[in-house]
Amino acid sequence: MESGALTPPARQEPRGDLDGCTARLRELLGREAVITDRQRVRTYECDGLASHRSVPAVVVLPENAEQVRAVVATCSAHGVPFVARGSGTGLSAGALPRSDGVLVVTSRMRRILELDVANERAVVEPGVVNLDVTRAAQPYGYYFAPDPSSQQVCSVGGNVAENSGGAHCLKHGFTVNHVLAASVVTPDGEEVELGGPAREAPGYDLLGAFVGSEGTLGVVTSITVRLLRAPESVRTLLAGFPTTDDAGAAVSAIIAAGITPAAVEMMDALSISAAEQAVRCDYPEGAGAVLIVELDGPHAEVEHTFTEVSEHCTAHGAFEIRTAADERERALIWKGRKSAFAAVGRISRDYIVQDGVIPRTALPDVLRRIAELSASSGVRVANVFHAGDGNLHPLVLFDGSDPGETERAEEVSGAILDLCVEHGGSITGEHGVGADKVRYMGRMFTPEDLDTMQSLRCAFDPEGLCNPGKVFPTPRLCGETPGRRRGVHPLTEAGLAEQF
Amino acid sequence: MGTPAKETVPEALRRAVGEERVGRPSASDVVDGGAPRWVARADGTDSAAAILRVAAEHGMTVVPRGSGSKLDTGGPAEEVDLLLDLSAADEVLEHAASDLVVRAQAGARLRDVQDVVARAGQQLSVSDPRPTATLGGVIATGTSGPCRQLYGGVRDLLLGLTVVRADGTVARSGGKVVKNVAGYDLGKLFTGSYGTLGVVTEAIFRLHPLAAERRWVAVRVPGSESAAEAARLFRVCQAAPTGVELDRPAGGEWITVCAELEGRVGATAQRAEELARSFERTLGTAGEVLARAPEWWDELPHEPGGTLLRLASAPADLGELVERVGRVEREHGVSLALRGAAGLGVLHGAVPAGVTPETVARLVEGVRVETGRLAGYTTVVHTPRRVKELVDVWGPVAPGVGELMRRTKERFDPEHRLAPGRFVGGL
Repeated sequence: MESGALTPPARQEPRGDLDGCTARLRELLGREAVITDRQRVRTYECDGLASHRSVPAVVVLPENAEQVRAVVATCSAHGVPFVARGSGTGLSAGALPRSDGVLVVTSRMRRILELDVANERAVVEPGVVNLDVTRAAQPYGYYFAPDPSSQQVCSVGGNVAENSGGAHCLKHGFTVNHVLAASVVTPDGEEVELGGPAREAPGYDLLGAFVGSEGTLGVVTSITVRLLRAPESVRTLLAGFPTTDDAGAAVSAIIAAGITPAAVEMMDALSISAAEQAVRCDYPEGAGAVLIVELDGPHAEVEHTFTEVSEHCTAHGAFEIRTAADERERALIWKGRKSAFAAVGRISRDYIVQDGVIPRTALPDVLRRIAELSASSGVRVANVFHAGDGNLHPLVLFDGSDPGETERAEEVSGAILDLCVEHGGSITGEHGVGADKVRYMGRMFTPEDLDTMQSLRCAFDPEGLCNPGKVFPTPRLCGETPGRRRGVHPLTEAGLAEQF
Repeated sequence: MGTPAKETVPEALRRAVGEERVGRPSASDVVDGGAPRWVARADGTDSAAAILRVAAEHGMTVVPRGSGSKLDTGGPAEEVDLLLDLSAADEVLEHAASDLVVRAQAGARLRDVQDVVARAGQQLSVSDPRPTATLGGVIATGTSGPCRQLYGGVRDLLLGLTVVRADGTVARSGGKVVKNVAGYDLGKLFTGSYGTLGVVTEAIFRLHPLAAERRWVAVRVPGSESAAEAARLFRVCQAAPTGVELDRPAGGEWITVCAELEGRVGATAQRAEELARSFERTLGTAGEVLARAPEWWDELPHEPGGTLLRLASAPADLGELVERVGRVEREHGVSLALRGAAGLGVLHGAVPAGVTPETVARLVEGVRVETGRLAGYTTVVHTPRRVKELVDVWGPVAPGVGELMRRTKERFDPEHRLAPGRFVGGL
C-alpha cells in the first residue's frame, strides 16, 4: 500500500567475480542457503521504502556468526559488494540490494543467546525481533527501550544499523544509548568485538560510531543490549486541541516546567481523520490536533507530574483530556498513533513518509510553512510527529497515476527537508539516509564534513564493498593506506621541493 | 603555493594568528613533564585551523590544551613541538533554553557552562571534579561523574561537534537537535580520543532540567560482598537513582555505598526515606537519608604526586573486583582509596604519594591481571612521569580492535602529529 515516487531500478556496473563468489558461498553455506533463483531473489528487491528497487544477484541466509564471517570474507576475496538486511522494514532504502552483489539476510539468526539479568543486559543475534527482547526480559521486570513503530517485526541488527529511535526515545534515548557491545564482521572478513562486559573501556568508541552507520562499516553478528528496569508507574494521556499551535504551546509549557515525559506525540486533523477511518481510534471529535503524553518513573513522581501535564494542556486550550485507566485503554490511545502511517493509505493512493527534525521551538513556524507549501502546490500533507524532540513525519499524499503528481509530491517532500535544515534541524531523525536521502546530505554537510566521516569508512572498508551507495552522495576513493610520515619531508628540508 | 620554506615556525604562527597569540611555554604549559617548543593560542575554530595548517606545513607535533587539568593523562608525551592552547576559546555561544541545548567553544569551562544554563533551571548532566575542566577536556577524555548512571556519559549527551583535522580542515558532525541520524556520529568517535584524531573546537550538548529536590541515601557496610549487594539494590530499585557510588578509604574494611535521587519537591524525599528503610529488610541495616551529598561525592580520591587508577568489571562483578584489588593491595603492602561508580562497575583507585614508582608499576600490573580475569580493565589516569616509563598506562586491547583503531588513526592523522604516543596502543 505504501509507496513513494518510483525511481528506476538502480543499475550498477558489475563489480568483482560474482560467479566465483557464488560458487564458493554454496560450498560454505550449502545450496539451500544461497539463493539465485530470479523469482525468489526478487522478493528482496526493496526494503520498507518500495520506491527504491534493485534485485540482488545472490541472497544468502547464514545461520550463525561464523557463516556471516565466511560470507563477508568470500565477498571481499572476490571483490563483490554486499548488503546486510534484517527484517527489511527500513524506510530509507538502507538495505537496498546491489544487482551485482550479495544480500546477507539475517532472518535465520534469531536466537537470544544470553539473558544476563544480574548485569541488566541481553546478548542477541541480529535477526532477533526488537519486541522479542522485551518479551524475554519482561518476566524479570526489564525491557529493551528503543521502540520504533515497526518493533513487532523489525530486527535488532537493523536497529543497530539505523540507530533506531521510537516514540519513547525522548526520555530513554536511541539504540546507540542501549548497545553495550557488538560482534562485528568487518568488510575484510575479520570478526571483532566492539565494547564489552566492562563499561567505558579505553580506546576509540568504535561501537558508538558503528551504531547508526547504516551497515556501511560491517555486518553485526551479535549484539549486547542494555535492559532497562520496567518503570514502577506509567501514565498515558490523550488531549484534543483546536489547532496544532495550541498543542505545540502545551508541549512547550510542559518542557519549560522541567518535565521530561517518556513520549509526546502529536497528530494533526488530516492524520487523525485517516486513523479514524482505518482503526476507529475514537479520538476527540473536531480536534485540530491531538497530543499523546506518556510519563513513566517512580509512582509518586509520575502522579504528581501527570496532574501538572493535564493542567498545562487545559491552560493551552485542550477541550478534552482522557487518561488511560489501564493497559487496554493505554493501547487504545496509542492505536491511532501507531497505525497512522498505514492509515494514510486509506485516504491516498500513494504517499511519502518524510522524516525530518527541527528544534522543537520552531514547530509552529515550520508547520505553518508546510501548510503554505501544501496550499500552493495542491499536495496534501498529513502531520504525525514526535513533538517532544521535534521529529516530524509529514506524510505527503499523492496519486502516482496522475501525471506530474509524483514530481510535485517529491518537490514538496524535499522542500520540507529544506525547511528543517533552514531551522537548524536534520534531514533525518530516525529513518536514516540510506539510498533515499544521499541527495540531501549536501544540504546539511559540507564536502569537508562528509570527507571526514568517510575517513572512518575508509578505515573499515577501504575497498568500498560494504553497503556501497548509502549515506554518502559521493563515495570517497580511499586509495592506499597512508604511510606514516613525520616531520618535514626530506626533499622540502633540502629545499628541493615544496610540499603540497 | 606552499609557504616559503625559509619562514620560521614562529613567523608562520604569527602570520597565521597574530603576534600576541604566539609564545614560549610557561610552567602551566608543561605536558607530562616536558615543555613544548611553542605555544599558540586559539580563540575559536578559525584560529585553531590556521594554527594547525602551520603545524602541518612544518610537520610539527601538536597537543591541544584547555585549562590543562588533565594534561598529564595518557601515555608518556613524546617531544611536543606545539601546544595548541584553547583556553581563550571559552565562550558559551548559544543557550537555546526552550530546546534544552547549549553550544559552546571547547575552552569554555564546564562550571561556567553550568552557571549559564542553571539560570534557566537547566543542567549539563556531566561533571568533572577538577574545577577548571573545560568542555574540550571532558570530551577528549570522556570524563563524567556520578550522574552518568542515569543520564549516560559525555558521548550520550553530545549532539554536535566541530573539529579541526590535522591538516587544518574544519569538519562538523551531528547538529543542534537531539534526534539526528544524518551521517556518521563523529562525536562518539572523538569522545575519549585524547586529541589524537583532531582538535575539538566547538560542541553542542543536550541539557536536562535541574531537579527541584535532591536526596542521597547512604548505607555503610562491612566488606566487598555486602557493598556489591547494596550497589545492586540501588541499581535495580524503582527510585531511579541518578548515581550509585561507593567510597572505601585507604586501609578501611567498611564501605559506604550511596545513591543520589532527584525529582519533585517532597516526592524525592519520600522515595529516599522508603529506600533507606527497605535496607533494613534487605541488608539488615537501615540507610541514612542525607539532604547534602557526602563530602566525597563526585570527588577524586587522588592526591598530588600520587597515582590515580581507573578499574572496571561488569557491574555484577563489583564485589569480586573489590575483593581482588584487596588481594593485590595486601600483596604489595599498599592501601588504595577506592571510590567511584559502583552502579556501573567503574571505580577509581588512588595510590598515595610516596610509594616508589617501581611498586606503583607492579601494583598496576597486579590489578590489571585481576581486572583482566574479570573481563575488565585497568588504566592509569594520573601518575608521575617515571611510572609511565615502567608501565603502559592503558593496558592491552584485543588485537582486532587495536588494528581497527590503528587504521582509524591512520586515516585521521596519517602523519601521527596529533598527541602522538598518548593513546591506547601507543597511538
